[in-house]
Amino acid sequence: MKFLHLIVLNLRRKKTRTALTIGSFLIALFLFGILMTIKTALGSGVDVAGADRLVVRNRVSLIQPLPFAYRERILQVPHVRDVTFATWFGGYYQDMKNFFPNFAIDVEAYRRVFPEYKFTDEEWRGFVEDREGCVISPPLAKKFGWKIGDRIPLEATIWGGTWEFNVRAIYETDRKEFTSPELWFHYDYLDERRTFFKGLVGWYTVKVDDPANAVEVAGAIDERFANSPWESKTETEKAFAAGFANQIGNIRLLILSIGSVVFFTLLLVTGNTMASAVRERTGELGVLKTIGMNDQTVLFLVMAESIIVAAIGGGAGLALAKLFTLRGDPTGGMLPNFYLASRSLALGFALAIAAGAAAGVIPALGAMRLKIVDALRRV
Amino acid sequence: MVRVDGKGSGALVELRSLDKKYRRGGEEIDVLRGLNLDVDTGEFIAFMGPSGSGKTTLLNLIGGLDNPSSGTVRIAGDEISKLSGRHLAAWRARHIGFIFQMYNLIPVLTAFQNVQLPLLLTNLSKAERRKHVEAALDLVGLSDRMHHYPRQLSGGQEQRVAIARAIVADPTILLCDEPTGDLDRASGDEILDIISRLSKEFKKTIFLVTHDPVAAKRAGTLLHLDKGSLLECTADGQFACKSEDRGR
Repeated sequence: MKFLHLIVLNLRRKKTRTALTIGSFLIALFLFGILMTIKTALGSGVDVAGADRLVVRNRVSLIQPLPFAYRERILQVPHVRDVTFATWFGGYYQDMKNFFPNFAIDVEAYRRVFPEYKFTDEEWRGFVEDREGCVISPPLAKKFGWKIGDRIPLEATIWGGTWEFNVRAIYETDRKEFTSPELWFHYDYLDERRTFFKGLVGWYTVKVDDPANAVEVAGAIDERFANSPWESKTETEKAFAAGFANQIGNIRLLILSIGSVVFFTLLLVTGNTMASAVRERTGELGVLKTIGMNDQTVLFLVMAESIIVAAIGGGAGLALAKLFTLRGDPTGGMLPNFYLASRSLALGFALAIAAGAAAGVIPALGAMRLKIVDALRRV
Repeated sequence: MVRVDGKGSGALVELRSLDKKYRRGGEEIDVLRGLNLDVDTGEFIAFMGPSGSGKTTLLNLIGGLDNPSSGTVRIAGDEISKLSGRHLAAWRARHIGFIFQMYNLIPVLTAFQNVQLPLLLTNLSKAERRKHVEAALDLVGLSDRMHHYPRQLSGGQEQRVAIARAIVADPTILLCDEPTGDLDRASGDEILDIISRLSKEFKKTIFLVTHDPVAAKRAGTLLHLDKGSLLECTADGQFACKSEDRGR
């Protein structure tokens, strides 16, 4: 890399201009990092979804329930191996800002259907045997300093009143995507105490014997409940999670739109900067060609300058975004899996490099095609 | 030996029936017309002539910076007018050293780094490059200024750095385009002394374009270029002596 020194010195000629260009990459990639983090957080359910699991919900909307009696009827559908269910509780701890996801679950089958959550048998037994028992995730335990044996009061936004639970288990999992702050408790406890929607559940999760049969099973379940007061909509767990995330809008489209505008602006800004830099140094490029530098090396020098700017700015922006996300969910529970994934970092850096290369290519081609005699006239 | 009649053979530089036309607007301008030149190794040639006579164009053609409209440029056996861009660049790096009127140093590089530039295109090691650069700067008397930037040097010193850059890769030919044109007499003389020394001691083949008769007198051969044709002059600078057109 004999010319690195020259490239770096060229970048330092107009320090303000270079700093501003680096700054625009920094801001763009910081924004990209944050958007990707939000996308990951909203879509984390999608990523963890099992290929062999289907979700059955009310055809009208997710907030409409389904009868508890459907459980047995779903179990009768061919290729269904197991069924469990859950209902959204919507409680918070002490203050609304301490909101986190909490569900009433089917204690009997939930562990079988979601084997990715690990418990000691002793803790699980403690949970099963205590009607007011609850399971919490490690981040929730960490957030409030809760431990097994603690009694937790939650204010119920839907069902009203204060509900108390005993922490009986803290699950473990190898995968970071599963570790959002959340709490599960007995469905029986909910159904016994609530004054409405009795005998109804939020949604069913169905385990099929083979992912290849998922479509057939989904069709059979919906057909079974067609023309009933509680028509169902069965979809893969992935589609269900994506639908859940998209309740606040098409996140992917939003991110793509913002990202495209930012990167297009970045291309114009950097392209203009590089074009100015090349224009100012036309004579020097002529001299470099005169002493024997070939066109391809001149092309490389200009491209390298543009790419280095992009790498520094983009790298710094992504590093800042990473630092920002290390503080965790800034919404107090709405985005539990708020972290910037390595894959997003790599994608961001690759995009920055691509933007740098794209911005530099036209000025670099101009420099490459520059005729020496024309360039020397501009000294 | 220098010939302008196109009848030489085996010379280091052989120009044959060289035409160069430029198109400006809708008009075609003949800059060089059927020019012939033979120059042997070690010759020191000065080109004089009015502005626009084609002196710099001729220098550019010899240095492979430009292509002739027709005719051939053969140097050290290579017909450079037929070389592709990449090969021509490599050829230039190996055979040609340029010295410009305005020095054309890279302002962000020190004298040492400027002189080192042509060597970055070679396979020399860092230590070897340093040795060559120090020798070149020593030859032009600037060993003590090697870490100075161009803005910290006088015009004469800048031109000496430019000479060091031109000779550091030990080229066959030196092309000097009005190297003293922007300097005072004393500085100009210093530059001419170095160029003369490169001719006499190092046997470099030198082409010097100048408007200055004093500078031209340093050359072994003075050629006058006018209306696209070369005239060989007598030692006292009288131009109307031998014309390349005589044999045509």
